[in-house]
Amino acid sequence: MSKAWIGKQSKKVKNRVDRLLVKRFAESIGDLHPFYIDEEFGKNSRYGRNIAPPTFPRTFEYGEIAGVDLPKKGLIHGEETYIYSRPLFVDEEIYCYARIEEYYEKVGKNGGKMGFVIIKRFGEDAKGELIFTEIQNVIITEAVRKEMKV
Amino acid sequence: MITITDLKLGDRLEVTLNPVTRLDLIKYAGASGDFNPIHTIDAEAKNAGLPGIIAHGMWTMGNLSKLFTPYYGEGFIKEFKIRFAGMVFLNDVLTLKADLVDEKDMELIFNVTAVNQNNKETVRGTVRFVRYE
Repeated sequence: MSKAWIGKQSKKVKNRVDRLLVKRFAESIGDLHPFYIDEEFGKNSRYGRNIAPPTFPRTFEYGEIAGVDLPKKGLIHGEETYIYSRPLFVDEEIYCYARIEEYYEKVGKNGGKMGFVIIKRFGEDAKGELIFTEIQNVIITEAVRKEMKV
Repeated sequence: MITITDLKLGDRLEVTLNPVTRLDLIKYAGASGDFNPIHTIDAEAKNAGLPGIIAHGMWTMGNLSKLFTPYYGEGFIKEFKIRFAGMVFLNDVLTLKADLVDEKDMELIFNVTAVNQNNKETVRGTVRFVRYE
């Protein structure tokens, strides 16, 4: 856990916007809209196909960032941003990777040190065009830092 | 049907959800791949110092996006920014809101929030929806 994490990046991982997973994901957020799941509706839409919900990239794999070992438990998710150049299309392949953008520490109210990590994740189409960027702000609490012995 | 261009500054999109159930969160865990057990298993939530299981923040954020789904024929969400402000527990009743606060060229800017039955914010943020030419 250190500033040495900043700038570290994973290798690109190929993901597919899977039709069945889009349906399950849409159902899980109560949004079974024909834009996402009805093939005929998608064909007749301006996209000519179905699209995926904006938070669907949650399902993608982004690859391991070598040398960065974020704890699995006890992280607090502070902020989340998605930036899109266009919606994701069902059945397309998206190449995803992640980068540690920033890491800093602050002293909390009870005097414990808290870590703040900003992770950026990216999704590109087969031509290398950037389709989405995700910016995630995560807080590592003192209790978790102790467990990690950092 | 109402189109997004019919909306005027100050207009609101709003929907109230059914009470949050464990099955909602199990489905989201399965679909998203986020199996952190504080969202599904009581004992794990208690171990983490929580009074009970809490919804995935991303489940609430995902729900919020559906206010805009009917308008994908006219444009798309270019930026969706959320700050997680409060926890969501089982049986909470969330109301999702999006207020049109600004319009610039082809962009519509909404303040979005999900409040619980006590009118407490659980998430808040902004959506920039871009209309197609």
